Amino acid sequence: MEKKKLKQHAINREWCKGCGICVEFCPKKVIELDRKEKVIVVYPEKCIACKLCELRCPDLAIEIETE
Amino acid sequence: MAVKDYIRERFLPHIWCPGCGHGTVMSGLIRAVEQLGINKNDMVMVSGIGCSARISGYLDFHTLHTIHGRALAFATGVKLSKPDLNCIVPMGDGDALAIGGNHFIHAARRNIDITAIVMNNRIYGMTGGQFSPLSGIGVNATTAPYLNIDNAFDVVKLAKAAGATFVARTTTYHAKQITDLIMQAITHKGFSVVEILSQCPTHFGRKNKEGSAVDMMKRYREITTPIGSKKKKENPDLIERGIFVQENNPEYCIEYDKIIKKAMKG
Repeated sequence: MEKKKLKQHAINREWCKGCGICVEFCPKKVIELDRKEKVIVVYPEKCIACKLCELRCPDLAIEIETE
Repeated sequence: MAVKDYIRERFLPHIWCPGCGHGTVMSGLIRAVEQLGINKNDMVMVSGIGCSARISGYLDFHTLHTIHGRALAFATGVKLSKPDLNCIVPMGDGDALAIGGNHFIHAARRNIDITAIVMNNRIYGMTGGQFSPLSGIGVNATTAPYLNIDNAFDVVKLAKAAGATFVARTTTYHAKQITDLIMQAITHKGFSVVEILSQCPTHFGRKNKEGSAVDMMKRYREITTPIGSKKKKENPDLIERGIFVQENNPEYCIEYDKIIKKAMKG
């Protein structure tokens, strides 16, 4: 299977409740929580589009868009 | 991926606490339906009462939000009148096995083609953290301040003994497995039970000093192991995950159709 390349993280800040599950389990530490305890993308270039954040997010707040 | 096509966006963000595992289960369920390519008008979801039961409000299927513990009874009625619909019943541990324990074993005994998803957080979250039949010995709960002395049910063994023909278990940490197991449960012809260990950081986690939602999910990684693994032999306390039962027995709706044909002849 061809590796998918990241286009962008579509984050819904209104739905994110800042539980930190995506941050903790991201294998490449791409995302973090900001001052308002909402998820933000810090190192998009490191993302391997594994979608583990999207799959585990309990708030359906992250979507990985690939090319 | 079009998760949003399957939800009623006007009701989100959902009411579940930050870090609640039920959202992950809902996400996995949506992905399962999406990957199977089932039209949402061919899906019906029947739920009872509790945190877990709120899922029916968020999904854009045909949905019924019914009474405590009786979701499977309502679902049986729906399925018998419209056997072509795919029927999913999401339940909490209390809803499924305390209040609805009787409906649970009899739905399994009939082997009616319903997919029951037991979201097991081992506590009654919505009402403030009372112990449930899946809490188990040594658990701290509002109603067990000196620790619980009740034995817990094993959902897998119970469902198997009652006659369910598809029984599986996973956790919210293993998100890909949630989708995989629910897909197989939906396609299985007969009563399917999928137990998903789901963290309740607000009540269970806080009372039992299990830390945050993240800590609880890490714990799921440590205390579970695939069925028949070497680790299980070394440490029998580990909880197994995977498919425990998958067999073909006569399905209730099909048998019922045969009865109708037989009666019409006479």
